[in-house]
Amino acid sequence: MKHLITMLLAAASLTYAQAPGPIALRGARVVTVSGPVLEKGTVLLRNGLIEAVGENLDLPKDAWVVDAQGVTVYPGLIDALSTVGLPETSAQTTPRAEANAAPATPRFGAQEPAMPLEQGPEFRPFTTTWVRAADLLNPADRHIEETRSAGFTSVVTFPSTGIFAGEGAFLNLSGEKQGRMVVASPTGQYVTLTAHGFGTYPGSLMGVIAYIRQVSFDADHYKLEMQAYASHPVGQKRPNYDRAVEGLLESPRLLLPADNAKQLDRMIRFAAELKRPAVLYGGHEAYKIADRVAKSGVPLLVSLKWPEKPKDADPDQEESFRTLELRDRAPSSPAALEKAGARFAFYSGGTAAKDVRKALKRAIDAGLTEAAAVRALTLSAAEIYGVADRVGSIAPGKIANLLVVKGSLFDEKAKIQYVFIDGVKYEPVPETPPPGDREGRAAPGGVE
Amino acid sequence: MNRFALFLLALPLMAASQTTVIRNATVLTVTKGTFQGSILIRDGKIVEAGEKVLVPDGARVIDAAGQFVMPGIIDCHSHIAADSINEGAIAVSSMVGIEDVINPDDIDIYRALAGGVTTANILHGSANPIGGKCQVMKMRWGKDAQGLIFEGAMPGIKFALGENPKRAGSPGGGFGATPGLRYPASRMGVEDVIREAFTEARAYQKEWRDYQAKLDRHEQAVPPRRDLKLEPLVEVLEGKRYVHAHCYRADEILMLLRVADDFGFKIRTLQHVLEGYKVAKEIAAHGAGASTFSDWWAYKAEAFDAIPYNAAIMVRKGVLVSLNSDSAELMRHLNTEAAKAMKYGGLDETEALSLVTINPAKQLGIEGRVGSIEPGKDADLAIFDKHPLSNYAKVTKVFIDGELYFDREKDLEERPGKEVRKKALVDKLRAQEKKERKKPEQTEDKKSEEPGGVQ
Repeated sequence: MKHLITMLLAAASLTYAQAPGPIALRGARVVTVSGPVLEKGTVLLRNGLIEAVGENLDLPKDAWVVDAQGVTVYPGLIDALSTVGLPETSAQTTPRAEANAAPATPRFGAQEPAMPLEQGPEFRPFTTTWVRAADLLNPADRHIEETRSAGFTSVVTFPSTGIFAGEGAFLNLSGEKQGRMVVASPTGQYVTLTAHGFGTYPGSLMGVIAYIRQVSFDADHYKLEMQAYASHPVGQKRPNYDRAVEGLLESPRLLLPADNAKQLDRMIRFAAELKRPAVLYGGHEAYKIADRVAKSGVPLLVSLKWPEKPKDADPDQEESFRTLELRDRAPSSPAALEKAGARFAFYSGGTAAKDVRKALKRAIDAGLTEAAAVRALTLSAAEIYGVADRVGSIAPGKIANLLVVKGSLFDEKAKIQYVFIDGVKYEPVPETPPPGDREGRAAPGGVE
Repeated sequence: MNRFALFLLALPLMAASQTTVIRNATVLTVTKGTFQGSILIRDGKIVEAGEKVLVPDGARVIDAAGQFVMPGIIDCHSHIAADSINEGAIAVSSMVGIEDVINPDDIDIYRALAGGVTTANILHGSANPIGGKCQVMKMRWGKDAQGLIFEGAMPGIKFALGENPKRAGSPGGGFGATPGLRYPASRMGVEDVIREAFTEARAYQKEWRDYQAKLDRHEQAVPPRRDLKLEPLVEVLEGKRYVHAHCYRADEILMLLRVADDFGFKIRTLQHVLEGYKVAKEIAAHGAGASTFSDWWAYKAEAFDAIPYNAAIMVRKGVLVSLNSDSAELMRHLNTEAAKAMKYGGLDETEALSLVTINPAKQLGIEGRVGSIEPGKDADLAIFDKHPLSNYAKVTKVFIDGELYFDREKDLEERPGKEVRKKALVDKLRAQEKKERKKPEQTEDKKSEEPGGVQ
């Protein structure tokens, strides 16, 4: 009896199913993103790829035809900046509060192990450029299923600790084998401007910026030295191997934080100065300088975690007009970016996967068109990471990452029916209460 | 008809070259005396200043009857408008610079304007014998970071002597103290750090010169590694970057002048320099300027020997002297700081005004642009309702580059409207919050270490 229950449970948790042959979703509204919207379209999938899409497709005889009338098929959504798929420990070394601390706040008694403060060029504090998300994946991460259930088929995951945190990977949320999940790696180097306070270098925002600049110069110099040595190694002094700059050199782009107008302006300049491709993340005050962002050509990842009043805010503390205005107008940033013609995509930024549509709705209420919203969640993200030839839209030859919704994605009540990832169907799991909240957990202090 | 067409063509031109006349004012030029008259401004520059100035057609006329116009005040030592000030854990932090962290949103910029300040030297803090790079800024409130930069001003760097840089290495701790100690912990150590850094800088300079020589001989060579710590020090050695050195005591002042002489560079200004009156002749002989407080003293041991006559005595001994604020509050009334030098030390009006205008301009190497009311200079002007050396004087208008950046009347007029706008916003957000609360509570993702948290 016990065995039977276990088996049943195991069967129930298998929420995906591999089709035996090609699948055809017929008669659906197909939002291809890279082409026109097809009102009565058919998408044909085979071997994990999109074989064809169109209004009157000749379907192969062996196709498993699914009547998809009344549903909308979108490209699978992409969370353009995430830690989903990484083991929690690796993402949690830096406490969140510290990452958000005001740069000027001095912090005494630093928790990091004592480090010599000045060691010359070899000293690389808070730097793990060489760490690759693709090497750390945990297919059992519970966030994979949660994220998938919200309609995401892919995430771009980065190690997130340190000034140079490491190299990201574009992942399919198929959650079986690590190697199968990786669509592209490395996708970029995740950079933070976390100032570590008085006790360590770099301890201030300007220190962090100067440090990044130095490492960038060092990388250029390293390349020259290595090239010169490679062409005439005999009789030449051997340059030192430096994994820190190796990691930077193999990153195709830098991800730089920039939330308000001042930071956006600062990081657009910084990226140009470093002469390295860059992507900014944050973007809540982009409504103020959307034209400047557009003109710079630097893509911006906008966080869907809109600013909120802090939960423990002092009710007597008067907030500045600027703070209030940002809270009010941040969701209008995507609309402003769309209007200005800027390149942008979205990331959940700590918004629970299931609340992403709610957050998105605020951007749409503030003027973002639905077409631009879908694009930002799909093809734009793929373009920004240089994988638009494989994912991000519904077109022949692309990876079969699809989102199937009963109705419109922007109708909050419309149900996500399933997603396809690499042509494999996954059904969303019903929402469960957060573990430990209700039944099945002893009351605090219980002694049974 | 033809004439009409010409007139239409001229319209946009006139808008581009905005002309302003300030008239009926008492004009305190600082360098060219004081008179009753007018100032003509065009394209951001002072075109004419005199008792009788012709008013061109279409000029904006500001009647300043009964009021006083002086050059915009220049603060040679401030820490406003920057997102970070101290890079404290290392003894030499010359790789960092204020230019990277300019904060155009700092309300202190506007408050400085309200005190008649139009230019300020924004310095790195004093935690290190050799600190970070400074940035001279104009108080162009409303412009972005680049818009604040005083274009073409000589770059600067902060040095610091005495308690602050050595305290970071003190086992007793205190502000700026580094857990686990940091060298130096004594005044001797401060000197050593500076000498060692410039010895390194010389070697670095030679490395680049050797590389250049190789290129000149058409030899192949890999360029040396760029060192952002040493680059600014080489600029100091080559006279391309000014040293602004925080100091208090006579002995450490003489020490620094000796070190500079040994390495063949100049100290542009001694900052604070509270015992400057003891070694004024030596300071003048080196050619260093002095930027001091009017009457702050005894706030720490090394400031016990300060006297309010310091500025006046140094002026009389031939030192180029300015008065600075080092404080966002004091910055708003540097005019009265200047006035104190008349009470203590008996400077005349022009000498007193020079301490916050033309003298700091010279110390920063921008006297060709600002610091006095003369044709050809930037139209950076402060209008006061009474004589600016009176402590009853209030700033009524401030111009930078001929643009009106502060207008007291307008500010007062706009306040009720701003209050209304803010209240409307507060109400709107409160209503939204209420609505949100009625909905089932949004569960936070427990894995809160999502990347993308910004600064």
